[in-house]
Amino acid sequence: MSIVEVNNITKTYNKGTVLATDSISFSVSEGELFGLIGPDGAGKTSIFRILTTLLLADSGTATVNGWDVVNDYSTIRNNIGYMPGKFSLYQDLSVEENLEFFATIFGTTIAENYHLIKDIYVQLEPFKDRRAGKLSGGMKQKLALCCALIHKPVVLFLDEPTTGVDPVSRKEFWNMLKRLKEQGITIIVSTPYMDEANLCDRIALMQNGKIMSIETPENIIKNYKKELWAVASPNMHSLLTDLREFELTESCYAFGDSLHLSFKEKNEDNRSKTLAFLGSRNHSSLEMNRINPGIEDCFISLMQQ
Amino acid sequence: MRTIRFLLQKEFRQILRNKTILAVVVMVPIVQLIILPLAADYEVKNVSLCIVDNDHSTYSQKLIAKITASGYFKLVDFPESYRDGLKLIESDKADVILSIPSNFERNLIRDDTQELFVSVNAINGVKANLGGAYVLGIIREFNSVIRTEWIQAPRFSNIPVIDIAITNWYNPYMNYKIFMVPGILAVLVTMMGGYVSALNIVKEKELGTIEQMNVSPIRKHHFILGKLIPFWILGMIVLTIGLTVGFLIYGIVPEGKIGLIYLFAAVYLVSVLGLGFLVSTYSETQQQAMFLSFFFIMIFIMLSGLFTSIDSMPQWTKVITWFNPVTYFIQVMRMIVLKGSGFMDILPHLLKVAGIGLVLNIWAIRNYKKTS
Repeated sequence: MSIVEVNNITKTYNKGTVLATDSISFSVSEGELFGLIGPDGAGKTSIFRILTTLLLADSGTATVNGWDVVNDYSTIRNNIGYMPGKFSLYQDLSVEENLEFFATIFGTTIAENYHLIKDIYVQLEPFKDRRAGKLSGGMKQKLALCCALIHKPVVLFLDEPTTGVDPVSRKEFWNMLKRLKEQGITIIVSTPYMDEANLCDRIALMQNGKIMSIETPENIIKNYKKELWAVASPNMHSLLTDLREFELTESCYAFGDSLHLSFKEKNEDNRSKTLAFLGSRNHSSLEMNRINPGIEDCFISLMQQ
Repeated sequence: MRTIRFLLQKEFRQILRNKTILAVVVMVPIVQLIILPLAADYEVKNVSLCIVDNDHSTYSQKLIAKITASGYFKLVDFPESYRDGLKLIESDKADVILSIPSNFERNLIRDDTQELFVSVNAINGVKANLGGAYVLGIIREFNSVIRTEWIQAPRFSNIPVIDIAITNWYNPYMNYKIFMVPGILAVLVTMMGGYVSALNIVKEKELGTIEQMNVSPIRKHHFILGKLIPFWILGMIVLTIGLTVGFLIYGIVPEGKIGLIYLFAAVYLVSVLGLGFLVSTYSETQQQAMFLSFFFIMIFIMLSGLFTSIDSMPQWTKVITWFNPVTYFIQVMRMIVLKGSGFMDILPHLLKVAGIGLVLNIWAIRNYKKTS
């Protein structure tokens, strides 16, 4: 059963000149951890704001737990948790006061739903008298998550929760999401980080207001039919320009400390031809190995289609 | 009700932690009420005077003594000629020249008439106006004194005289402080309602916290009341502090009922809070809100009759003042404090301010949206 349904949602800004989302449709099943993955400006936040009833779409319909985002907006507001991309709790209230405030405006108490936030809140407890504005980035995110969870929402919307958070806190944060998922809360999360995509049940890859693919991360990788090679040499810059000029290359881009290379056609002698070509361009101590594609490789390949 | 209570609790926690707002509430009325009435002083003292005395007679000496004894003038020089006197005005050392012609005394007694020449530096209009008027007043008095010296004996004066006695009602000594302090207090309450409230609401927009409120089940009127009530209370506190300062420092005790002042202020604050709220719905940043409120409040104060009389304004600005809540509040403050007006006297003002408040608030509520 799907808990969130989005049908042909289109949203434009500045009187139709800027297209934020272009007839987007997707659905999220109950208890799923669904990821919207895409670069800045892909339209992720617009979708979030439409689903959380903060923004009206130009056309199309959407429902959350069967409630229409336009007609049943007040029911939706009572039953979802939303964590905006920008930290938006009261900086001059303490951790505890913020949590208490958000609990009371949703007509509940901290004690009533403490089991939901317990794992997260124990880490915040030592700082409960500290003003929210004085917390570290990771702590702020944890507090925001607690505040979004305190009324036991049916769906949790997290807009780029890990942007600007250090790698350790990011990892912790995703572990928390996993535990919440186990408690049966549906989570929709957006992120510009491709490595976080693997942690979702299903992901929608977005680009320029369109969804390019909705699949499980495994299937997205499985659908990548081409061979992918990692090429490295001491002179990476000229290696990149040379490989892009090479006639057999379909795409080549820098990826960490190596270049990811794919060919136009599958051929047994692709590797030897490439090495010969690079040798003629005076590259030495070359490394070239077959690798398995990641989500980012799939994303780039989808982008080029 | 429960929601509003929690919103108010949150709002007051934030206000009490914000040192600037606390300072604004407590210190600003005290400091402004101490400084402003002294600065907004319409009495002109220390007018620099120079006298060109071409006569050097008993009468010219008497006149000079009378003028300098008035206390309004500072005698700076006795130039030799009018030309030298003008140089003093040009170099801004003198404001007024009084020129006494030669044979002033002789001609006055012989011909029963004589002319004096007064020239005034009009760079500073107020000073010129009042300085000139003071000199003329003293000369007129001098004139009547010498006339009564000459006319003696007849039992009934053969010259008909209209004697004018002036009483200044409600402020017999024309003490401008009694008149300025209620006005300035009205302005302070306006600032609290129209300015600080707008900034506070826009701050939530700027920090993004309003987003978090918008996705919550808080209803529109809850949010609005939660914002307006704290500033309504703060406005009342400012009024109380202001009235106390007025009493302690200037000894001003309202002639009318203090309860009436509070009643009017209660309605008035709703109206200016509506203005602040309206400004906040049109602004995205605190800077925008600040300039927008500043613009309106500046105009309201200029056209309020605090510093200048509304009666002497052109017709079209008078029309604007009909829609200016500050005008009514200043008028009512002065009516109650100076005149002791009762409820029926201020009722028309009260209704007008309530009307303005209704329009502003309805406009603001319609313009405030939780969804964009």
